[in-house]
Amino acid sequence: MSLGNIFDLAGTGMSAQSIRLNTVASNIANAESVSSSTGETYRARHPVFSVIRDQVNQDAFGSGFGNDFNSMSAGYGVKVDGIVESQGELRQKYQPDHPAADAEGYVYYPNVDVVSEMADMISASRAYQTNVEIMNTAKQMMQKVLTLGQ
Amino acid sequence: MAINFEAALGIHDQALALRSQRAEVLANNIANADTPGYQSRDMDFGDLLAQAKGQQGVAIQRTNARHISTAGEMGLGSDLKYRTPMQPSIDGNTVDMQIEQAEYTENALAFQSSFTFLNSKFRGLMSAIRGE
Repeated sequence: MSLGNIFDLAGTGMSAQSIRLNTVASNIANAESVSSSTGETYRARHPVFSVIRDQVNQDAFGSGFGNDFNSMSAGYGVKVDGIVESQGELRQKYQPDHPAADAEGYVYYPNVDVVSEMADMISASRAYQTNVEIMNTAKQMMQKVLTLGQ
Repeated sequence: MAINFEAALGIHDQALALRSQRAEVLANNIANADTPGYQSRDMDFGDLLAQAKGQQGVAIQRTNARHISTAGEMGLGSDLKYRTPMQPSIDGNTVDMQIEQAEYTENALAFQSSFTFLNSKFRGLMSAIRGE
């Protein structure tokens, strides 16, 4: 029954969105983590999503009705390809009395844009909720099928 | 007189199978709502249902071996179409969350309707067997 695949699909969506939420949390937590050199400073991190194109336990191409349709899928969910660090400019501030200031009196703040991170957070949590909703509906559909003939 | 399940159930069992397949495609769209370059997919339901019906019974008759058969040509994603984007995002993603959610809900309701029809067919068969 292909309805079972929806749980996997929505599951991959939820796990990808929770990783995104995780990076947002990390970015916001480190938004003010200063350091005295550009190399050591925290940089904003963002996950890169991509489609899962092939299913590991994909059915062999059969002649039956169900099998024909099983092979007809755009993809099998979403995966996180990796987490990239933003290459945007770090914020450089002149604070000579800061304990982390370098020889010229500069401290380096991360390139985290807190406002866009907040927007990202809401977007991720809404997408997560939608995936939960999809899973719930699929569950109802399956439960309905179980009552067939009763 | 034997009971022919295919004749008794009509189109509803195939409709149910197709609905669950479509739910999968739409769920995949929603899971990939934030994937760069992902293009939203959907199926032409009426077309596929007609194809499924053709497979079951009334297929085009082939009088020569070189005639192209109409049944059993489905598979490998050839029947999935791309949705026309209203407003694609700059990363090439064409999933519109609202449209996908609406389609998914509509699909789930149609699934329930098909199920209800199928269920009543079974009930009819059951009462025929019991002779009540």
